[in-house]
Amino acid sequence: MEQTKQTAFEIPEVPPGGFEHVGKNLKGMDAITRPNLSYWQDAWRRIRKNRVAFFSLMLVTLYALLAIFAPIFSSYGYADVDSQHMSELFSASHWLGTDSLGRDLWVRVWRGGRVSLSIGFLSALLNAILGALVGGLCGYYGGKLDAIVMRIIDVLYGIPNLIVTILVMVVLGPGIFSLVIALIVVGWIGTARFVRGEVLRLREQDFVAAAKMLGVSDFVIIVKHIIPNIIGLIITNLTMAVPNAIFREAFLSYIGLGIAPPECSWGILAKEGVPLLRIYPHQLFVPAFFICTTMLALNLLGDGLRDALDPKLRGTE
Amino acid sequence: MGKYILKRVAVSVLTLFVLITVVFALVRLMPGDPFSGEKMTPEIRANLEAYYGLDKPLLEQYITYVKNLLRGDFGYSMKYLNRTVNDIIASSFPYSIDLGMRALALSISMGLVFGILSARYRGKKLDFICIVIAILGTSIPDFIMGALLQYFFGIQWGLFPVAQYQGIQYTILPSIALGFYTLAMVSRLMRASMLEVVTQDYIKTAKSDGISNVRIVWKHQIRNAIMPVVTVLGPVVATTLTGTFVIESIFAIPGMGKFYVESVQKLDYSLVLGMTVFYGGFLILANLIVDILYGVIDPRIRLAGK
Repeated sequence: MEQTKQTAFEIPEVPPGGFEHVGKNLKGMDAITRPNLSYWQDAWRRIRKNRVAFFSLMLVTLYALLAIFAPIFSSYGYADVDSQHMSELFSASHWLGTDSLGRDLWVRVWRGGRVSLSIGFLSALLNAILGALVGGLCGYYGGKLDAIVMRIIDVLYGIPNLIVTILVMVVLGPGIFSLVIALIVVGWIGTARFVRGEVLRLREQDFVAAAKMLGVSDFVIIVKHIIPNIIGLIITNLTMAVPNAIFREAFLSYIGLGIAPPECSWGILAKEGVPLLRIYPHQLFVPAFFICTTMLALNLLGDGLRDALDPKLRGTE
Repeated sequence: MGKYILKRVAVSVLTLFVLITVVFALVRLMPGDPFSGEKMTPEIRANLEAYYGLDKPLLEQYITYVKNLLRGDFGYSMKYLNRTVNDIIASSFPYSIDLGMRALALSISMGLVFGILSARYRGKKLDFICIVIAILGTSIPDFIMGALLQYFFGIQWGLFPVAQYQGIQYTILPSIALGFYTLAMVSRLMRASMLEVVTQDYIKTAKSDGISNVRIVWKHQIRNAIMPVVTVLGPVVATTLTGTFVIESIFAIPGMGKFYVESVQKLDYSLVLGMTVFYGGFLILANLIVDILYGVIDPRIRLAGK
């Protein structure tokens, strides 16, 4: 028993000069081994790693580019009627076929895409800005302003969105700008509610208290501490709001209130395709394909952005 | 609890009042008026306006309208001769509400089941299938879904009637088309909520207490995870019921949608106003019920103030 204990502690023989004291590498310890990534660089890196989200981003970009350039470079106009080539299927001269008036569907799809995508992005962006401003101010300053605005929001929130949108469209008449306005009238409320909640939560956190204690002005606190913490959520929300707006546009155009012919949008194309479903199904399937893939891509992109822009997930894999 | 209900009721009444006022104002702001036409002479117009009370000052019209509303009278339609708005609503609303309720029952129950299964079998094939359904559901607008279902199940394969609304087999396609989006949303929400609940400490406690797995899932996980789903039920009911408008037009169902769109296009003041107020009031009521329901199942609200 005693002997085994002794052997356990026995120090092996070390030849002289077998080890060398190297000292501390002070410079090496403090050296930065990885490049310093800003918030946006990190988010971009993570989006690229997320294959689904990255593919969605590429698809949406492709659609946006096609919507801008395809109508310019095509030999057909989006409203050119051709009685010789009505309701044709896909061919070399008409890539996506023609509609019941002989208008080229490839051009119409991208012309419509231009309208639908601009409405989607524009209204989502304006909603986010307006909602963030109102929600942010209410959440940060609180008090009477907050109480009054929140009561108003409570009431507005209870009114069915679609009904207000429909009535505003009727008053303003069809058109892109009326649509954007109609979508903003009801759209900002959701953003304002969630931004207010987030700001209210952040305002109580220690880092804001510390900044206040150090005498930092409200403006700097908002710009430097509050906004960076909620910008990711706002962008994610915005991405999810785009398909909603496109969906609304399609719905309103479908019931005849959105965009007036001959101007076209994806909603108009779908509306024109539905009655011909039995005879020429491609006239619905073509716009339906582009509407659905766009909505799908934007939804998946939103999911990816939620992870990529979450500051809590920075540096984790 | 009593205070909570009282507050919700007060907000709802106020909302309804704001809705009536805003809609009344917007309807009068519409460009054009209901009586323009080729054969219209100034005398006939004056008579018509006097008949419908449109010649009186706007404020007086408004007060009369609200008074009539309080008695449940929505007035006469201006385009459908000799039909009251009440009459039109009574004949068309049952179709819309029937379709809406079917779609809601289908989408909420299936959405919850999908969400729960998806979370329970996280990362497995079943989860993958549920996620794909959920993503598809939020990416296909309901009128496209309706048209696709109609094309494949109705026209191509002939499994269901293509249109109209005369029996149980007629209701299936429209209900799926209308409910698919909600189904997807509910299942996504339920899945996320379940996955969050599973990591909570009280689940660990319950497990270490030796409570059976079935009981944990039912009593602890689902019961807690369902709360966020209940909060969105109000908006969900609203979206589904307004969605009936388009689905009705695709499947030729004689519901409120057709009358509503027509009344808007023909500037039938009283019909637009009546239908909007009725529909809005109905949705506000639905929202109120959901809010109260939420109070009942959430002990933090139910027990507050006791």
